[in-house]
Amino acid sequence: MTNELNKSRLKKMFRTMLISRALDERVWILNRQGKAAIAASAQGHEASQVACIEALDPSLDHFLIYYRQFTVTLALGTTPEEQLRTFLAKDGEIMSGARQFPLHGSHPRVDLFSFSNVVGTQLPQAVGVALADKMRDSNAVTVVFFGDGAASQGDCHEAMNFASIHSLPVIFFCENNGYAISVPLSKQMAVENISSRAAGYGMPGVLVDGTDIFDVFEATSEAANRARRGEGPTLIESTVERLLPHTTDDDHSKYRRKDDIEGLSRMDPLPITAEKLVSINVLSKSDIQMMEKEAKLIVDDATEKIGNEPYPGVETMLLHSDLEF
Amino acid sequence: MPIVSVIEAVRDTIRSEMKQNPSVFILGEDIGARGGVFLATDGFVELFGPERVIDTPLAESSICGIAIGSAVNGMRPIAEIQFADFVWPAVNQIVGEASKIRYGTYGKKICPMTIRIPYGGGVRGGLYHSQSIEVIFSHTPGLKVVAPATAYDASGLLRSAIRDDDPVIFLEHKKTYRLVKGEVPSDDYTIPLGKAEIKREGEDLTVITYGLMLHYVLQSAVECEKLGISVEVVDLRTLRPIDRETIVKSVSKTGRALIVQEDTAAVSISSEVSAIISEECFFDLDAPIMRLTPLEIPPMPFSPIQESEYLPSKQKITSAVSKLSSI
Ligand SMILES: Cc1ncc(C[n+]2csc(CCOP(=O)(O)OP(=O)(O)O)c2C)c(N)n1
Repeated sequence: MTNELNKSRLKKMFRTMLISRALDERVWILNRQGKAAIAASAQGHEASQVACIEALDPSLDHFLIYYRQFTVTLALGTTPEEQLRTFLAKDGEIMSGARQFPLHGSHPRVDLFSFSNVVGTQLPQAVGVALADKMRDSNAVTVVFFGDGAASQGDCHEAMNFASIHSLPVIFFCENNGYAISVPLSKQMAVENISSRAAGYGMPGVLVDGTDIFDVFEATSEAANRARRGEGPTLIESTVERLLPHTTDDDHSKYRRKDDIEGLSRMDPLPITAEKLVSINVLSKSDIQMMEKEAKLIVDDATEKIGNEPYPGVETMLLHSDLEF
Repeated sequence: MPIVSVIEAVRDTIRSEMKQNPSVFILGEDIGARGGVFLATDGFVELFGPERVIDTPLAESSICGIAIGSAVNGMRPIAEIQFADFVWPAVNQIVGEASKIRYGTYGKKICPMTIRIPYGGGVRGGLYHSQSIEVIFSHTPGLKVVAPATAYDASGLLRSAIRDDDPVIFLEHKKTYRLVKGEVPSDDYTIPLGKAEIKREGEDLTVITYGLMLHYVLQSAVECEKLGISVEVVDLRTLRPIDRETIVKSVSKTGRALIVQEDTAAVSISSEVSAIISEECFFDLDAPIMRLTPLEIPPMPFSPIQESEYLPSKQKITSAVSKLSSI
């Protein structure tokens, strides 16, 4: 990957953000209609996720994600249809065979590591992935995503410590949206920034504005270069807002102040990114309108198609289990 | 008597224990302003303040380790693990540590804490919001493990758990929270830990079960009655210490035993119950012991058809009962 964000790359990134948003909105509707059992939203995280992936090489690098990473999976090259199917748990679901929650499992084309719902477990596993690369002189970088909540787990500390001791090619990418479900940052840690912890492990800690694709892209590129040069891990803290409640099961008006919720749209990365791209003449306002329409169409088509598909029957239940015959 | 749901029974009991005893406090993820993800502690932070209702960082090992420390130092913490599937980071503290304090200090220290854990499936929870985790704790000397199925039992057993001087793992089946309702007296009653209950008397066959499955077993028993089979139902209620006496008495009477559980079979509660019956009822048995459990695959598929195939159901129980009674 070159470190130049040219016009076509910027356009592609924005398109992914739009599709992610349209899909995200759709799965919440499908949840309210009783068709999708659960959804966590990436709304607010789109710029951060798309720019991080743009700085990496999906054909070489490893990605350990968590449940709020709709935009990451799309940016890596999975299709909207594949993603939607994970929410509806329909037959042919490509990630886990509809055995797991949305987005969980792995993918046949993209190196998405299987991820657990147990928050934090992905962090030491990512370090192991990077260790295997180092042992075999691979040039790959491992990126592990986690929330501010996950940063409290012992696994997080243990992972960062080991990665730094062994100068492993890991990017610890924390999407700090200020809440672990209802628990605000001030009750999760006595410091202001997770990135400041990096000093305690002897690695660089970088704080970026997660609504700024340029900021996130630059920090991730630098961390990736450093990792590929054999200089070890970096902790990136990308600050974002979670625009919606934790999941479709949550109601954030119980624990967020009214004015806080009303102010969230100011941190919406879509209009922020659109405005930036218009101001540097990458896109016109009418381009954006057309792209929005296209995103809705893609999502409409996928919804219609998948809506009529059957659920997996019982015949595949035992595949890949101890009882497989 | 007021009719309340299981979650209301849990909530009312914690509230009343906190009112009566200032050493009782609660800690866990999202238990404050959010009131817990299942609303077990709804309104508590307003009532008792953030010193006794502690919203913790997302870190289960510390939740349980801190509960242990405060319990040994004279408090009576109630820790909430948000979902059973997330208790694993805390197993070191619970199984490795809490269980050994009284024995290991030759009785000089005790660890009076309760760990509440919503568990079980049938709620479209997939592999990480459906797990049954009772076996790990039920295997461990030094722990008590409770798994009530009704609102009445939940309240009486939780009160006993909080007042008990040993660490108690209190398992609440998620699907029973709102689905199961019953009469709960408003007085301060307790139900002793370690005592099973006959939930239905019968003559031909004993079904031993616990948790959500109790309700399916009771529904099936009504159906079996119509088929001419009289089923006695034992609700274990406490999984450790297990009530050998009640199991043995019932199976000795009926001569046939079916064990129904939501957990997978290998090295499980049903294995233990089965061993007890073989040890103590061998000469009273008219048929081999039978178990009805899910398939030996990770619990449980997210997709709806596979999820219902996975779980024991009223129909499956009825056909198991019919089969066993015809042997
Ligand atoms: C070990 C563990 N404990 C608790 C949970 C329940 N839970 C799911 S997400 C979540 C909050 C996570 O917050 P954060 O890491 O900040 O990510 P965010 O959802 O804000 O993106 C909690 C408590 C879990 N999944 N795993």
